[in-house]
Amino acid sequence: MVSFTLNGEQRQFDGDPETPLLWVIRDAEKLTGTKYGCGIAQCGACTVHVDGMTRRSCITPISSLEGSSVTTIEGLDGREAEAVQAAWTEIDVPQCGYCQSGQIMSAVSLLQMNPKPNDADIDGAMAGNICRCATYQRIRQAIHNAADSMEG
Amino acid sequence: MKHVSRNSLAGLVITLAVGSLVLPFPLSAQDRDPATGQASQPIAPSEPEGGLKSVSDFDSIADERERSIAIFEETGKVLQHPRCVNCHPAGDSPLQNMAMAPHQPPVQRGEANFGVPGMMCNTCHGPENAQVVGQSPDIQSIPGNPEWHLAPIEMAWEGKSLAEICVQIKDEDRNGGKTLAELVEHMAEDDLVGWGWEPGEGREPVPGTQEQFGQLYEAWAATGAHCPES
Repeated sequence: MVSFTLNGEQRQFDGDPETPLLWVIRDAEKLTGTKYGCGIAQCGACTVHVDGMTRRSCITPISSLEGSSVTTIEGLDGREAEAVQAAWTEIDVPQCGYCQSGQIMSAVSLLQMNPKPNDADIDGAMAGNICRCATYQRIRQAIHNAADSMEG
Repeated sequence: MKHVSRNSLAGLVITLAVGSLVLPFPLSAQDRDPATGQASQPIAPSEPEGGLKSVSDFDSIADERERSIAIFEETGKVLQHPRCVNCHPAGDSPLQNMAMAPHQPPVQRGEANFGVPGMMCNTCHGPENAQVVGQSPDIQSIPGNPEWHLAPIEMAWEGKSLAEICVQIKDEDRNGGKTLAELVEHMAEDDLVGWGWEPGEGREPVPGTQEQFGQLYEAWAATGAHCPES
């Protein structure tokens, strides 16, 4: 039995302790905003926050999360999240959208730690989030816009 | 987990299908000399030699300085193994696999040798090696350790000779301020150093055991901690 917090609510999981967090989120908790992309921590589609840090849920055994706080795209809130959501909407960042929840989780984490990132900061933070539609330029612009909106 | 099973089954079906299309001869044919049909000797062992010599193997070297150098050179099998050098890079990104290829995703060292905001080491590397659910020919697990991070740039080993590394690891300005005794303890006891012997599924471990490695370091220190000249 693993006890953890999911989007602010206490949860328990009593299945296989090696079950990746991603499948606990999607199959057990029915929160499908977090996506399965590669299953080998190479694409970033499954990104969530664990104790405030980005984490690839596809390779995170649920057994490693006893007492941890997990936040998914559904539970994301706060100043940075609101700024990112508005910026993403403003310039229509997504194309197909499959990778976008992972992109947003990384972008919000970046802004939480660095509220005024430059291009290199953004490229570094987003290096592990692949977008098959190649929306990278809009992602970078939206992060700048979100940072500007928080500043103003 | 049904997802793993489904993927594994799909992969097996694809592998079998492809195999039957492109292999008009049985797999065992690869083990035979095509000219004679007889089994041929392999050119090189298929498995790397996995051991380290023990301290007593150096007892026959009478000169203490020569013995010290020989012992250190034995530890070089570990120090210069890609499993160790990959996280002692000369640049600002780690390396990976036996080919010491650039790390993918293209992560950065960061100010604390732990990545950059939004993409820290622990985004992917947990406290233990983790099995993967996806199928990949060369990624069968994600390495992990509670202390996972890059060695600081002053501890870079990539591209250096064993003689250079020897001088470097004794230099307290470039070894994290460790005395020789602390260096020996680090090699023998440190958990992240020990990861090299238990690197997870799909990765070749460094030779020997950490206990043997530590004993060699202790013997090296006791014989004067001499370094190779080149």
